[in-house]
Amino acid sequence: MNLYEQQAANRRRTWIVMIAFVVFLVLLGVGFDAFFFGVDRAFVPVGSFVALGVGSVSALVGYVKGDRMVLAATGARPLADVAAGASEDEALKLRQLENVVDEMAIAAGLPRPPVYVVPDPDPNAFAAGRGPGHSSIAVTEGLLDALDREELQGVIAHELSHVRNYDTRVMTVVAALVGGIVLLSDWARRGMFWGGGRRRGRGSRDGGGAAGVLFFVVWIVAIALAPLIAQMLAMSVSRKREYLADASGAELTRNPLGLARALEAIDGAAAPTTSVRRGSAHLCIADPLGRAMNLRRGRAADLFASHPPMADRIAALREMAFERGKG
Amino acid sequence: MGSGIILLVVVAVVALWAIATYNRLVALRNQVLNGWRQIDVQLKRRHDLIPNLVNAVRGAMDFERDTLTAVMEARAKALTATGPADAAQKEGQLSVALGRLLAVAENYPTLKANDNVKMLQEELSATENKVGFARQFYNDIATKFNTAQQVFPANAVAGMLGFQAAELFEITDAAERQVPTVDLSRK
Repeated sequence: MNLYEQQAANRRRTWIVMIAFVVFLVLLGVGFDAFFFGVDRAFVPVGSFVALGVGSVSALVGYVKGDRMVLAATGARPLADVAAGASEDEALKLRQLENVVDEMAIAAGLPRPPVYVVPDPDPNAFAAGRGPGHSSIAVTEGLLDALDREELQGVIAHELSHVRNYDTRVMTVVAALVGGIVLLSDWARRGMFWGGGRRRGRGSRDGGGAAGVLFFVVWIVAIALAPLIAQMLAMSVSRKREYLADASGAELTRNPLGLARALEAIDGAAAPTTSVRRGSAHLCIADPLGRAMNLRRGRAADLFASHPPMADRIAALREMAFERGKG
Repeated sequence: MGSGIILLVVVAVVALWAIATYNRLVALRNQVLNGWRQIDVQLKRRHDLIPNLVNAVRGAMDFERDTLTAVMEARAKALTATGPADAAQKEGQLSVALGRLLAVAENYPTLKANDNVKMLQEELSATENKVGFARQFYNDIATKFNTAQQVFPANAVAGMLGFQAAELFEITDAAERQVPTVDLSRK
């Protein structure tokens, strides 16, 4: 698929997973309210709304606080500060970084985001913030050392694409849904522990007999697996957005092979990016958590990794450059 | 009574769609205008930057007086361009002259090792890149605008609402499509 087709495919897949997410939440929520509060004529799934509301709070707080928290946690320093105390070689690299960010902002038609440098020897980069005009880009010192100008341009294009595709908003919605599902599952388990709901009451006598029982069996299994399923769905969205950012970045540079080479270089460096916490992993170009999950390509890796396997990303980029089957 | 309400709903939906379409086209048209002006911003930046760059290397690259003069002359011509077609041609010639300066600088090993020169080469490349990306963005956003006007059902109302297709940036001088020749021999 060329880069336009890949973008369209990944946007579509995001929608599909989001719908699955909402359906799953509704399944849990309706079952929860039916189980614990009975099915009356005027059935309002109060429990579901409360769970979703509470689950959204921490997600929204993180979203609104924007990039400050993430940047502070990684020890990122503004580019101007780093350049002030830099040697000649470093000054050239930093100037190249500044120019590359400018170039990509022009290509994307976005205002220029502030640039930060993270003092970590592992090559990585991330974008943080609410959206265009309120975002920042950060790269590690290891990234500046490892990549040439063309590869750096590919990485910055990828990060800027996260900004222009509003990926922070997408992942905030996902976090709210995960929060709601986990809460529902938690309350349901506590509720059952403390003696179950009014299943024996009006609900089951008025309910559909065998169909009602079947629903509850399915629901109980769903409750047990809910946190796992929620995490799987969330990571699925994260991976689709990574593919989308690769394709959008290739559209900016019109040079997919630059980013492909950058990913190969980043993959070659084995160490985890210790500066970046788990919560911010989805914003990075490569998984900062040591890549144990992303190196394997088996079923478990496919389901729970925040980033797609590097080999698959590189293959997709080569396809965009019409280089099928090589390397 | 029932059919009256249905008619009302249909009219309301169509009206809302028309408003949304109009607003979207207006937003795109403004982005297209902005994109066009952005190219000028980058070209002006290049004009302002060139004298400083040329002066900085003039001492070290004394043998390349021809190349340096060519750059300054091309810049002067570009500043006096009349109209977009003329400007496009003269800016193209300036790009060619700058390209030669970059290539010739490669010929001086001691110059290449000099950090100041590396920084200047970076600035030259970055300036050319920015002009290129500004043109790329203009074409991208103009294409989006044209597509938004031409898809069904928007194409039914776009003309009525006063929208026209945007022109894409293109090379008018066929000579610019030729691969530039670089002469690295010492003059």
